[in-house]
Amino acid sequence: MTASSSFFRSSVGKKFIVAITGVVLIGFVVGHLLGNLQIFLGQDWVNSYAEHLRQLGPVLWIIRAFLLLNVLLHIFYTISLALENRRARPVSYKRKEHVKATFASRSMALSGLIVLAFILYHLAHFTARVTDPRFLLLKADPLNRYDVYSMMVYGFQNYFVSGFYVLGMFLLALHLSHGTSSFFQSLGLNDKKLTPRLATGGRIFAWLIFIGYSSIPVAVLLHLVKPAQQL
Amino acid sequence: MRFKLKVWRQKNPKTKGKLVEYQATNVSPNTSFLEMLDVVNEGLIAKGEEPIAFDSDCREGICGTCSLTINGEAHGPDHPGAACEVYMRRFKDGATIIVEPFRAKPFPLIKDLVVDRSALDRIVQAGGFVAARAGSAPEANATLVPKQDADRAMEAAACIGCGACAAACPNASAMLFTAAKVSHLAFLPQGQPERTSRVLKMVTAMDAEGFGNCTNTYECEAVCPAQISASYIAKLNREYAVASFRRKAGE
Repeated sequence: MTASSSFFRSSVGKKFIVAITGVVLIGFVVGHLLGNLQIFLGQDWVNSYAEHLRQLGPVLWIIRAFLLLNVLLHIFYTISLALENRRARPVSYKRKEHVKATFASRSMALSGLIVLAFILYHLAHFTARVTDPRFLLLKADPLNRYDVYSMMVYGFQNYFVSGFYVLGMFLLALHLSHGTSSFFQSLGLNDKKLTPRLATGGRIFAWLIFIGYSSIPVAVLLHLVKPAQQL
Repeated sequence: MRFKLKVWRQKNPKTKGKLVEYQATNVSPNTSFLEMLDVVNEGLIAKGEEPIAFDSDCREGICGTCSLTINGEAHGPDHPGAACEVYMRRFKDGATIIVEPFRAKPFPLIKDLVVDRSALDRIVQAGGFVAARAGSAPEANATLVPKQDADRAMEAAACIGCGACAAACPNASAMLFTAAKVSHLAFLPQGQPERTSRVLKMVTAMDAEGFGNCTNTYECEAVCPAQISASYIAKLNREYAVASFRRKAGE
């Protein structure tokens, strides 16, 4: 057995993979948010941003494949670690108190799996566009680009859809409120002074992400953002 | 003071255990938790019943032998401190107190509240030592240790090996214990010759014992009677990664 394969088979090495893939996914969450927030700058901004992404062509597919690989590795290793953790305490306590462990840190698997369900719905909703028949009625914008702006607005006009988005983002923020500071610890980039600061910073970051993403469906439901075309 | 105790009773590893109720009456507030159990045991012996088995030795928080989970917290409600340092004045008169053993697969139960923690000894045997030269004692000031390194090594060396970290961890992980042992020697010049092999062997031994994996909840440092900081786990992660790369490079 070589040193590198035993590294990734050890508890410490598996957590390295979870941490590194987590950092990549946090990067995506930030980038995607910055892209989406352009809805507040108007139809032209969002549609040209979407058009630029589409023009990436094969590069876009390489990015998607890379993200998918990270998602799969992140899930595979966290699930296998979680199963090992369950086996490590076959007889549970009759009463268990948590002195310091936060709710977020203890429910990473649950929040992660619900976020996964949300992502699958989100891809079906806005990427494959198979859940909302009204999207088929959308016409191209004045510059003959796909009207992503109006698609987003019509997509969020449904209270149940928007509600599920906000719930999904709440669980994502819960997941990130632990995950964002946790990866520093897993990668060993941490010390006694830094730990509490990173924990606070991670929480602030996570809830900023929540506010950022949730602001879009909320703004649509409050009619602050209106569709650019009638169906 | 009087208390209603619910104590885990289990005759041996093969039988099924359960919580059994006992009354502790006429307890002085300044009795320690273990002394209170002693008094309850006196009563049980007088009645011809089997006394409650529990571990203890120094009863002053330095040996790491006591291992009770009191009301769901490893070593009870007084952190930092071992179960032997908990006094009955800490509880409300008439309270119900649940007493369970440390629970983790690598800590097999022997009887009642006594568990076998030799898994921790095996982790230390895998690499938690230094090779020392036989012969005459070296000159005391020949090896220089920077003050900061000495302090950090001392902080890690405070670990008494009680296993509360693994008992309190939601995942039954012994990372804090292993981190303390690895860090202690990694900070000192005497620990350098085995530095690479030590961390690799100790993590391998820890994983082989069947402990869970750390998810950075820091529940361990909250209950640690020696106040070992979870930042030593970050140190262990660093040490392990560097050691793995050095091995890979053939060093």
